[in-house]
Amino acid sequence: MAITELTLYQQAILLLAGLIALTSFLMLGQSRLVRLVLVFALQGLLLAAATALAASVLDYPHLYVSAALSLLLKGIVIPVLLQRLIHRMGLHRVMDTIDHPARVMMAGTALVVFSYYVSLPVVQHSTLVTLNAIAVSLAVVLLGMLLMITRRQAVAHVVGFMSIENGLFFAAVVSTYGMPMVVELGVAFDVLVAAVVFGVFFFQIRSSIDSLNVDQLSKLTEADR
Amino acid sequence: MVWLLAIVQTLLFIGAAPLLAGWTKRIKCRLQNRKAPSLFQPYRDLFKLYCKQPIVPQPASWIFRAAPYIVFASTVLAASTVPLVAVDLPTARIADVIVLVGFFALGRTFQVLAGMDIGTAFGGMGSSREMTISSLAEPAMLMAVFTLAMSAHTTNLSQAMNYVLDTGLVLRPSFVFALGGLMLVAIAETGRIPVDNPATHLELTMIHEAMILEYSGRWLALIEWASQIKLMLYGVLIANIFVPWGIAQAPSLPMLGYGIAAIALKLAVLALLLALSEALFAKMRIFRVQEYLGFAYLLSVLGMLSHIILEAAR
Repeated sequence: MAITELTLYQQAILLLAGLIALTSFLMLGQSRLVRLVLVFALQGLLLAAATALAASVLDYPHLYVSAALSLLLKGIVIPVLLQRLIHRMGLHRVMDTIDHPARVMMAGTALVVFSYYVSLPVVQHSTLVTLNAIAVSLAVVLLGMLLMITRRQAVAHVVGFMSIENGLFFAAVVSTYGMPMVVELGVAFDVLVAAVVFGVFFFQIRSSIDSLNVDQLSKLTEADR
Repeated sequence: MVWLLAIVQTLLFIGAAPLLAGWTKRIKCRLQNRKAPSLFQPYRDLFKLYCKQPIVPQPASWIFRAAPYIVFASTVLAASTVPLVAVDLPTARIADVIVLVGFFALGRTFQVLAGMDIGTAFGGMGSSREMTISSLAEPAMLMAVFTLAMSAHTTNLSQAMNYVLDTGLVLRPSFVFALGGLMLVAIAETGRIPVDNPATHLELTMIHEAMILEYSGRWLALIEWASQIKLMLYGVLIANIFVPWGIAQAPSLPMLGYGIAAIALKLAVLALLLALSEALFAKMRIFRVQEYLGFAYLLSVLGMLSHIILEAAR
């Protein structure tokens, strides 16, 4: 089905899928940690909106719960947690610059094409209208991995990890009407716990290497200083 | 009759461009808590410059003298191909986006040549900067336009607008990306603030100004006017391609009036956005412009990809 034959709500889901992919790219290019977390929160909000729309279009009321969960956790709680961590560690002025921004962006574009190519056979054998967005969700997962590879700050790694989870969640929404509620709740709280645990890790890393730049982890130091 | 309408539309384009510049300046002044000049100040400035005697630098060749006319003429030609208040005018047959980019390139080439012609350091510097930026902006613009063309199956502006009007409200992810890309390119190409600052004469920030530093009198007026028309041209492109509603599809008087009102409203809103972004953002270093335009290109490419991924029939 071409996009002109879909209803306005279905088009809106696809539009939100596009915007979610865009936020992934914005995260890839952001060099300030505060803004990185802000874009991550935006992605969470878009994800929640897309889920709520899917719930109303597909008439699956339990998706509303997932939408509310992702709005609360990924849109508000985790970004606030991360933001407070960044401020407490004095990282809000640190620039995490990428060495070759153009190359990273081109790699990201290549990943989008790759995920389209991979998901093409799946999409072709289904009648689900939202399934077009599965390539986008796969791309969000891969872009999250790329974000983790290209950054040096541990906080950026955590944001990359969380956005991978966003991609998986979106894939579940567009392809199978969301995961079973038990799984969804489990994953949501896992992510929340992970955010807290990462916070503890940050303090550990900083106390042992005096910064959150993980490149410093490869340097040898004396055992106890 | 329709030809007359096409000519009137072009004249309207040329006549309204300084007004748009004045409006943008007015909002910007208000946002910066300054007292704004009259809306018609750009007209007065142009008139004042026109009355003054132009001075030709001694080493200037014919290129220096011819460039203002070529720049102005190519911009006017470009303006005549873009549907402002009505589609399906006779000029619509050449209203091809690729032709439009070609007209821009012609004008720019001569401006750059004229910048280098007099042999001052500033002229050469401005010319090289302008060429660097335009060589990065052009692919991004073409890519954004091709994204549009993939949906409308044509690169003809008039037909594309008709297509968008006929299909009604369709939320296309690709259009959102193309719109973003085209807006970034428009800011770079018209020399507005994050890329260039048209209001200063500081050597570190000049791009466009450095090239036309030696111009005076009516030649300067022509170049200034051309750049105002160019700003309006990009505004009309953005407004009429992505939100074409209100444009006259048949040449009847009430529809034309409606078309004029619609485009005036859309341009006023766009100018508001432009002034807001200029007040909020600082000008960036020239070495970061390639990053900025790289992002514009990325947006356009993503638009094309999302057309293939999200909108394609299966």
